[in-house]
Amino acid sequence: MTTGIRLAAGALALVLATPASAQGVVNVYCSVQVEWCTLAANEFQKASGIKVSMTQKGSGETIAQLKAEAQNPKGDVWFGGTGDPHLQAAEENLTEPYKSPRMADLHPWAVKQNTDSGGKTVGIYAGALGFGFNTELLAKKNAKAPACWADLLKPEFKAEIQMANPNSSGTAYVAIATLVQLMGEEEAFKYLKKMHASINAYTRSGTAPMKAVARGETMVSISFVHDGVTEALAGFPVKTATPCEGTGYEIGSMSLVKGARNMANAKKFYDWALTPEAQKLGAQAKQFQVPSNKATPLPPEAPKFADMKLIDYDQAKYGKSAERKRLIARWDSEVGSLPKP
Amino acid sequence: MTSRAPLAWSAAGLIAAVALPWYALQEGLDSGAWLTGLWSSEDYASGFGQIVEQGRWWLAPVLLALMACLAAALVPATRQQRGTLLLIASTAGLLLFVAQALGIGLRGWTAAWLTGLFGELEVRQVGLGAGGAVVLVALLSLLSIGLALRGNFGGDAFVAGAVTTVAASIVLFTAWPILRILVQAFQDGDGVLAPVLLLERLATEKIWSLRCLSGGGRCGVAWNTLFLAIGCGVGTTVLGLAFALIVTRTSFGFKKTLRVLTVLPIVTPPFVIGLALILVFGRAGLVNQFLEWSMGIEPTRWIYGFHGVFLAQLFAFTPVAFLVLIGVVEGVSPTLEEASQTLRADRWATFTTVSLPLMRPGLANAFLVGFIESIADFGNPIVLGGDYGVLSTEIYFAVVGAQLDYGRAASLALLLLVFALGAFFLQRRIVGTGSYATISGKGDSGLPTPLPAAARRAAACVALPWAAFTLILYGFAFVGGFVKVWGRDYTPTLDHYAKAFAVEHTADGLIWTGAAWNSFWTTLKLAAIAAPLTAALGLIAAWLLVRQRFAGRAALEFATMLSFAVPGTVIGVAYVFAFNVPPIEITGTAMIIVLCFIFRNMPVGVRAGMAAMSQIDRSLDEASLTLRGRAPQTLFYVVLPLLRPALVGALVYGFVRAVTTVSAVVFLVTAEYELATTYIILRVINGDYGLAIAYSCALIVLMLAVILLIQFAVGERRLGRRAVALKGGPA
Repeated sequence: MTTGIRLAAGALALVLATPASAQGVVNVYCSVQVEWCTLAANEFQKASGIKVSMTQKGSGETIAQLKAEAQNPKGDVWFGGTGDPHLQAAEENLTEPYKSPRMADLHPWAVKQNTDSGGKTVGIYAGALGFGFNTELLAKKNAKAPACWADLLKPEFKAEIQMANPNSSGTAYVAIATLVQLMGEEEAFKYLKKMHASINAYTRSGTAPMKAVARGETMVSISFVHDGVTEALAGFPVKTATPCEGTGYEIGSMSLVKGARNMANAKKFYDWALTPEAQKLGAQAKQFQVPSNKATPLPPEAPKFADMKLIDYDQAKYGKSAERKRLIARWDSEVGSLPKP
Repeated sequence: MTSRAPLAWSAAGLIAAVALPWYALQEGLDSGAWLTGLWSSEDYASGFGQIVEQGRWWLAPVLLALMACLAAALVPATRQQRGTLLLIASTAGLLLFVAQALGIGLRGWTAAWLTGLFGELEVRQVGLGAGGAVVLVALLSLLSIGLALRGNFGGDAFVAGAVTTVAASIVLFTAWPILRILVQAFQDGDGVLAPVLLLERLATEKIWSLRCLSGGGRCGVAWNTLFLAIGCGVGTTVLGLAFALIVTRTSFGFKKTLRVLTVLPIVTPPFVIGLALILVFGRAGLVNQFLEWSMGIEPTRWIYGFHGVFLAQLFAFTPVAFLVLIGVVEGVSPTLEEASQTLRADRWATFTTVSLPLMRPGLANAFLVGFIESIADFGNPIVLGGDYGVLSTEIYFAVVGAQLDYGRAASLALLLLVFALGAFFLQRRIVGTGSYATISGKGDSGLPTPLPAAARRAAACVALPWAAFTLILYGFAFVGGFVKVWGRDYTPTLDHYAKAFAVEHTADGLIWTGAAWNSFWTTLKLAAIAAPLTAALGLIAAWLLVRQRFAGRAALEFATMLSFAVPGTVIGVAYVFAFNVPPIEITGTAMIIVLCFIFRNMPVGVRAGMAAMSQIDRSLDEASLTLRGRAPQTLFYVVLPLLRPALVGALVYGFVRAVTTVSAVVFLVTAEYELATTYIILRVINGDYGLAIAYSCALIVLMLAVILLIQFAVGERRLGRRAVALKGGPA
């Protein structure tokens, strides 16, 4: 019997140990929505003839994987996902510097992401932070939609707002860093402490508050506004706004994995992903961030940067691990640990 | 024992060292390209080829040790002498094997002092392939044969082989990856050892604060986890017992339905129960809407937090407790109960003083499983936890969240392990050393005593509303697959199923165009491979732990529980850490997923097997041995047939958990080997609940079919007891 098990295990080893061949392949870790990932993989394959092996994972999971695989990397390119983990990967030397010939076609914020990281990552899209709200719940309570950060402190939103916990979510960290840059650190923390009374939960995931708004579990969320467009298109009574005082944004990024096995193909994918043809695919997949190539047409549903008041978000300073750790620790001790209202 | 077995194993090892590539191949063995390069090709060469042609001299001592084993098998010697020779040669071979495998990696020597000692290496080595693996297995077998020849393990080669197989595989695929990641609890970011760090990481308010008890403020995650786990352990045990009693000891009419119902939650992909609970009890859910509409009660969010997670875990883990308990309740011998009644005890006294104490190992095991399932659970706390953080979510976010702190994750995982360890020892104390054997070779033809009325009512009061509740929840979820937008637009539609499972009929035959097929077939294939291996390994381990006496038994028992107590995310990352680099380089393959399934799900097989086996009287084994049955025959013809419920449990559990696991495999799946659950999670994240539910329903149907198939194939245990229905008929 044990011999049987061993033989079975041996046979299993023979049958299953078949990794892909190394020729004409590129392994992409994809941290955007799965439809977008699949579209990108298929279109790049058509355009280049290179076989794309695409694995979809959140940006947090991807950087955890890159770190675990650092000695023997299995991925070649990391496509998409919010910018901070990409900057962190650059800081931890998990990614490779590269200057794409396409760099000249990009918006300044995308290029700045590249220079900030020592050439190790580049912006492929941007999304602004704002509020999502459930129009039916607002109507029921006769409340006016929030338009400014200051509105969130109004009594009608008491225990009606959801925001993610910065310990686990990059979105929440962007919100805190935005407030700090907008108001100054002391004022920002005073504001966060006051807002604590209006928060019903600090969720673990950054996209959860918007989903809670869509399902009517909470009235207002602090989220990326393009997520709200997706929910609204799915049929939920969701609308979004960006704060009148000004707001911050994330830069969805792309990096080459250090020690990638298919570096030449990875660079081809990287260059292709910065073209308007590739960046159009986001809108096709119902994702409405602002693409980084100036020539990419902006879909009509997408929240437009021109209509918002954006702050000059300092990705370099607030993307650093040390600064992030400090701010999160401060939030933890001064805000997160306050008793529930 | 003759010298045939050692001869065969040494020969097999040596043949593999000549005829199979030593290292893993990029393209796999089935291409056959390696056949021509067995001697001279750098990539394809066999063990001997590598030594002679490629200058990988460090393989030579290993193969020399194998030849020494062959010599030991051939020389004329007494049993004792041959055993000693084999033991020495195979131990030396194994040590040399491990030393070279760990010492030399992708970039030459793996440690600086080795480079200093031996100088820079010209050639390196990649992951172990077929040749190396067979040699390793041969050496392990020779070791166990040597031990048996010398008289260890009662001189039984089968027992010795089973112990080495189980021990080696657990060391390799459970202990090694987990230790590798736990070491990080004592390291700083650059890998420098600093044990003080563990204290710093663990001694914080966030983990240990007890402010929630004094009112105001939150409790630390450690307490949150403990409260939840104790509640879940007690709750699932009570519910599981109630179901088991109703199914086995009453004339309740819908037993089959009840059985299926208790199995439903276990075959449900994660997140479904959580989402259904939100849709029923959430602020915008049915219950709250109805209360607001009928009585004007302001909707609340009580479902988020402790209550919601607790409820969801009860749903999810009661079936596991039921599976552990059903075999035990069935096994309690009616003879003892009849004896009690003959001695004028009434039904209640019989139940509380005879039946219940005899179920104690089962109850303790069920509690242990519920407790550990709860502390390792990730899906429910993440969906319903809200602010209520537990260790498993905390660990997940330490690994993938904004902190990215493996050290903290490892420290928290260590804490989780300590909890598991505590529960484990508590369980052993409770079960103690008493005898619970009720299945013996003696005539055992009593009738199972009907439950006392009070116990029957209590069981019914607990179990039946719960069953109704489950039905409602599932009905609601099921509907979700057939409406446009769940919770919003209830227009009936078949779109979700069409999108997932469309099949087009063209001139070239069938084309599986649905989006879900790829992950569906992969999942089915891998789970089907993993389930029998999981059950076999689990039951053999249980048999060894209960029936055999050998050194290190307690350690082995604990090691089998290790992978169960560690949350899936930690296992996933640990597997990537341990198996992404030589000697075992299997990330990106289907094999690592199957191994993860096997070693993560085996503990339930072990627990169920142990609980069931402690009821089977040793006299049956002894009778078999007296009749000259050897250990394997005793196992297969006596023990296993009596273990059918446990075998069904282990097989079913092995299969369904392989289909429904998420957190452990998130880091292991690739584009090529995509699994159903990871696909479903992505849909849920994108808010595409319709498709997620449709896919989940399809999986539930599939798993129910497989469970029925397993039950049919394994069959029921025949205990020679009269069926209740035949009251008064001949035995």
